[in-house]
Amino acid sequence: MICNIEVIKILDRIGDKIIEEKDFLTELDRPIGDNDHGINMAKGFTEVKKVFETWEENETTENQELGSVFKTVGMTLVSKVGGSSGPLYGTAFMKMGMLLGGKKEMSFPEFLAAFQAGVEGVGQRGRSTTEEKTMLDAMVPALNAMKEAYEADKDVKAAFTAGVKAAEAGVEHTKDLIATKGRASYVGERGIGHQDPGATSFTMMLQTAEKYL
Amino acid sequence: MVGIVIVSHSRNLADSIVELTGLMAAGAKVAAAGGLEDGGFGTDFQKIYQAIDSVYSEDGVIVLMDMGSAVMTTEMVLEAYGSDKVSMADCPVVEGAVVATVSAQAGMSREEILSSLKEVGMTAKF
Repeated sequence: MICNIEVIKILDRIGDKIIEEKDFLTELDRPIGDNDHGINMAKGFTEVKKVFETWEENETTENQELGSVFKTVGMTLVSKVGGSSGPLYGTAFMKMGMLLGGKKEMSFPEFLAAFQAGVEGVGQRGRSTTEEKTMLDAMVPALNAMKEAYEADKDVKAAFTAGVKAAEAGVEHTKDLIATKGRASYVGERGIGHQDPGATSFTMMLQTAEKYL
Repeated sequence: MVGIVIVSHSRNLADSIVELTGLMAAGAKVAAAGGLEDGGFGTDFQKIYQAIDSVYSEDGVIVLMDMGSAVMTTEMVLEAYGSDKVSMADCPVVEGAVVATVSAQAGMSREEILSSLKEVGMTAKF
């Protein structure tokens, strides 16, 4: 079980990581996108961190239900990011929130179910699937690896580690892919050799979660 | 009269498309939602929501978008707006804006305009 306070702490650390990696993520987006992934994501997570700060100041952090925590993060990203990562990550977090309504703590299987809903939400929103050089090429393998690892020996930490490894391999794999969705599809096969910024930012989120779990 | 909203990553582009529609449809109800709050490139959820609100009536609203996040953000605004009288049109944004505003001004219904917008991308320019 993980409680709301710990979840908020991890999401806050994810925000720090994204803000820290702003220039790197933007640099990845330059050859195959519109050169704004890091800037946009940092803008979104700066606002997310402000919401957490307000909860902290009002001493309402411990009252937050996980459903509303994830929905708030999602809505903030949709409102503040401005690029495609806004509606994509926004949808992911909001879908996760829908499955966690009313809970102040969640089990790992509950997290996996929410994560799966989030990943499916990204696919629907972007009308996309794997092998299209998008964040899904890190998300889907990570989800599958976590499910398999957890089923095998019910160890949360080990499942997270398996998820991180699969996501990292997914990011590497995006280098070989030709984008058929999003701005990168205009670059087409000239994008081979470049890793997908969205897959990279997602992997950073998972790495951060693993570290502070 | 059906309201029309133009969503673009660029504030100038959205404003200019609206300006352009004034040539043939000065009486149309059309609103621009271009760029971010700070004037930078991107698509802004609140801006799109407010633009829809500003031209909304019982006759409905049609939203035209440029690409990428403009489409996805508009889709999320429509989900939040919760009216089945607001639709997105899949068409080239400049030509579509002219067709949509001329048709709206002429009193065509939302369904009629949406169906003529489907043709916009199919017509050869030369």
